[in-house]
Amino acid sequence: MSGIRFDAVRRIYGHEGRGIVTLDGVDLAIADREFVAIVGPSGCGKTTCLRMVAGFDRPTSGSVKVDDVVVGGPSPERAVVFQQFALFPWKNVFDNIAFGLRNKGVAEAERRERIAHYIKLMGLAGYETAFPHQLSGGMQQRVAIARAYALDPVVLLMDEPFGALDAQTRVVMQEELVRLSRVNPRTVLFITHGVEEAIYLADRVAIMTRRPGRIKEIVNVKPIRTSENWDQHAKIEDVMDLPSFVHLRTHIWKSLREEKGVEGA
Amino acid sequence: MRLDPRLPIPRNESLLLGAIGFFAFLGLWSGIAASGFVPRSFLPAPWEVADRFTHLLTNTFAGFTLPQHLASSFGRYAMGFGLAAVIGIPLGLMMGWFRWLDDMVTPVFDALRFIAPIAWVPFAALWFGTGIGGPIMIIFSGAFPPCVINAYRGARYVERHLIEAAEMLGTRSFRMITEVLLPASIPSIVAGLRVAAGLGWQSLVGAELIVASSGVGYMMVQGQSAVSTTTVVAGMVAIGIIGVLIDVALRAFERGVRRARGLD
Ligand SMILES: Nc1ncnc2c1ncn2[C@@H]1O[C@H](COP(=O)(O)OP(=O)(O)OP(=O)(O)O)[C@@H](O)[C@H]1O
Ligand SMILES: [Mg+2]
Repeated sequence: MSGIRFDAVRRIYGHEGRGIVTLDGVDLAIADREFVAIVGPSGCGKTTCLRMVAGFDRPTSGSVKVDDVVVGGPSPERAVVFQQFALFPWKNVFDNIAFGLRNKGVAEAERRERIAHYIKLMGLAGYETAFPHQLSGGMQQRVAIARAYALDPVVLLMDEPFGALDAQTRVVMQEELVRLSRVNPRTVLFITHGVEEAIYLADRVAIMTRRPGRIKEIVNVKPIRTSENWDQHAKIEDVMDLPSFVHLRTHIWKSLREEKGVEGA
Repeated sequence: MRLDPRLPIPRNESLLLGAIGFFAFLGLWSGIAASGFVPRSFLPAPWEVADRFTHLLTNTFAGFTLPQHLASSFGRYAMGFGLAAVIGIPLGLMMGWFRWLDDMVTPVFDALRFIAPIAWVPFAALWFGTGIGGPIMIIFSGAFPPCVINAYRGARYVERHLIEAAEMLGTRSFRMITEVLLPASIPSIVAGLRVAAGLGWQSLVGAELIVASSGVGYMMVQGQSAVSTTTVVAGMVAIGIIGVLIDVALRAFERGVRRARGLD
């Protein structure tokens, strides 16, 4: 099964001895098809964690495993949605999404079908031949998400995917992501600065300490979501008004506040 | 009065300034030639060169008319330059992707690229003859380094997150080079082609001064033996005009590429 496991992960940047300890003993187990969000102060090492699962970076000590296998390098099994979109400016929307499928050797007919499906799902119909620079930030981000989903990955890694969007677009994207992940659940590691976003989307929210980063606390949202049936509400603001939601939010905020306080920033 | 010397100048004003510079140059040249301080055989006057130039357009000198000489030069140039681009660009991109190739090729390349194209003349003549092969090799040696260097730099400086995105999408080396590094490097490659075009054209004429039996450079050498300074200067004028045309064409190409990419 495609769970993610961090075991005593340390990451030191720079030279032996006088390097900067970025992560200092991260332990986290994400179950198969579980949606985990990580929140934490800026610079605490969230992106570093995600990059290690993606295979772009390696722990200095400890291990990061997916499917009980140590991550060796990037793979389409672990799709990434980058904060800066990272679309290919010389490829149009269709070709951006198609690239990964061509690399996988998906036959042309099936490729077209799959791309059409995600283009429709992401509300990009009519923009197949548009180039990234002709699209708004929100649309580019939807292309990036479609590109990742189309790979049919076992693990989805998202680094502040909605950070660059305006408030309205962000809400639409959050609701779309909830819809997608309830229809077709996958193992998701989601990094965000938005506490509300984390509670709304994730099964569990992991809170990190300031640098050197560790997992400080894990808040289990799923039992509350299921028992109160949050998903019956189509809109995020309806969920955000529920007393249980407010309670979780206050709790996580306080926990984060402590970290900022210690930093003295 | 313009107060800040770094202020951008409107296009029509800058064209005007260019024209002023050009006519000042012609005026100075005419003045010196007309003053009689310098013998005409040393420095022909502009009008004599213009006369000679139009004469050469239709009359043969050193076996051919000026347009025929130019055509023969340009043919060699196109082949040498084309060869440099076709070999240099893929090589530069591959060096930008495969570290082992970079480590292997760079020392040799760095040593060779400081040898002026003209220095290859003896070997060019020996290996490829003075007909078409020798000059092509000399142009190639002038145009090749900028093709390699700019493709290499372009490939090395592709934004990291684009490479990571491609890796995450399961891209293997061949497609990484053809579909990621190449398109990402196009602006740098085109800039390199402009430099290569200039160096290639310069080394062509240099080569023709020594090895060749046709071409503008050859025509100028023959002009020198015939003590016809006007022929030599007419050749220089033709070289300058073609050089400018090549650069204008490549600049337009560069603009087109940048616009298609949404960079401008
Ligand atoms: N390649 C690198 N070389 C040196 N230091 C690095 C490198 N990458 C990250 N760091 C350092 O590691 C720390 C954690 O970085 P990281 O990007 O993981 O933080 P983050 O939690 O994602 O922050 P943010 O919320 O601002 O995105 C930072 O202090 C950063 O300076
Ligand atoms: Mg980050």
